Amino acid sequence: MQLRRCGTDGVLVEVDSLGEVEAVRAAVAAAGLPDLVELVPAARTVLIVTRPGGAAAARKLLTTVDLAHRPGVVGDEVVIEVHYDGPDLDLVAETAGLTTAEVVDLHTGADYRVAFCGFAPGFAYLTGLPEPLRQPRLDSPRTSVPAGSVGVAGEFTAAYPRATPGGWRLIGRTDAPLFDPRRTAPALLAPGDRVRFEAVR
Amino acid sequence: MTPRERESPTSRARESYVQDPRVQRPRTLTVLRTGPQTLVQDLGRPGNAHLGVPPSGALDAPSLTLANRLVGNPEHAAGLEVLLGGLSLRANASCTVAVTGPSTPALVNGVLRDSPLHLAPGDTLTLGAPTGGLRSYLAVSGGITVPTDLGSRSTDLLSGLGPAPLRPDDELPLGDPTGVPVGVDVLVGVRVPDELVVPVLLGPRDDWFDDPARRLRDGRWTVSDRSNRVGIRLTGTALDRTACRVGQELPSEGLVTGSVQVPADGKPVVFLADHPTTGGYPVIGVVAARALPLLGQAPPGTRLRFDPQG
Repeated sequence: MQLRRCGTDGVLVEVDSLGEVEAVRAAVAAAGLPDLVELVPAARTVLIVTRPGGAAAARKLLTTVDLAHRPGVVGDEVVIEVHYDGPDLDLVAETAGLTTAEVVDLHTGADYRVAFCGFAPGFAYLTGLPEPLRQPRLDSPRTSVPAGSVGVAGEFTAAYPRATPGGWRLIGRTDAPLFDPRRTAPALLAPGDRVRFEAVR
Repeated sequence: MTPRERESPTSRARESYVQDPRVQRPRTLTVLRTGPQTLVQDLGRPGNAHLGVPPSGALDAPSLTLANRLVGNPEHAAGLEVLLGGLSLRANASCTVAVTGPSTPALVNGVLRDSPLHLAPGDTLTLGAPTGGLRSYLAVSGGITVPTDLGSRSTDLLSGLGPAPLRPDDELPLGDPTGVPVGVDVLVGVRVPDELVVPVLLGPRDDWFDDPARRLRDGRWTVSDRSNRVGIRLTGTALDRTACRVGQELPSEGLVTGSVQVPADGKPVVFLADHPTTGGYPVIGVVAARALPLLGQAPPGTRLRFDPQG
């Protein structure tokens, strides 16, 4: 674990894996630091931002974090219903050397966890994608991906909360309310949440 | 009053406000003209970066909080961030208004007034062009009470959260005044100097650059006209990566407001309130929070250099 200064009130914690990111995020979230403002996991880092004067307490807490600790199965599992009729479903099947039905079975059979959010409000990067579905982005990104599209890219799968440009391979779409700024919990998926996909016709 | 009048007050409706004290007046402002861009802003929605939601909020927050204090509002009340003047509003109820930020002419029914100023129902307020900075802040007693998104009324231009930029004929609801306006003799306008000297704390990725403190200290930049609420783009000295980092990819990581991010072309970007929550280019340093309000006021062409610290 390496700590990097990020302004007067921020610490960027750099670790070696998504599992270690989750260990740091979960430990800081559980500690309930009184001056915590932002806790932002990413692929290999966790950004901690405090109110002025709170960074020392955050650094002290980090000395106690066990990077090998993996949070157990806690909280509800979010189930997202998907119509598997995405424009890249055939491409994904072909790349994996599978039938489209096998792609759907693989995608719905796995347990996912939200590693981090970014790119757009409520856009959650889910880990746990089966190996054959870990595929590169499209050579040429789409200028607009419809809201609700479900795609894969690298080790991640995700659902687009709203229409944005995007280069992920799209395998389906969902009507799940992924982000609503007027809800008490605006994002359906937040870091640490467990997720499963279910096929609907 | 009838629904028709509530939707679109006509000149006849305006006369009835003035003449008939029994008419119940909606506590609203009607937008007549917006200038290049007028946005509702409060102090933003920090604390949601883990959901991919930027902090947003007034770029020159001290000017907004000052305007709020002048009209008797809590500091976090929503006001208007007016880019380059040109805003014109009609008051549909009695209210107190303060305009802060750079020196900005405020005319009530065509007559120049000092802030805080009073508007009677039917009065028209027009803002001229600001001098010394880009963004004027207008607070009105009771605050602007459009619905909140994630606890804030701020317009976030990156993510599309909060109300849309103002347009003519918009009706802005006002809250009930909660405090007493504060008189002021002289309001000193914000003024961006010809050359900004910006304190910056090195890190988190200063190790991607050779001798980063010296490079930052010796470089000279100009605020680009491609700057906006997301960030200040700078033209000038290219900040080149250290040889072993050229072509290297950085996995996306969390960004704070004030981050000086250096894309592959070496031209730095200073992120402001509507910044993306994560980024994949190295951040050489972070601008001190106290220097950010003036950066949000800096017109294109402003010369800029950094004062690296730590």
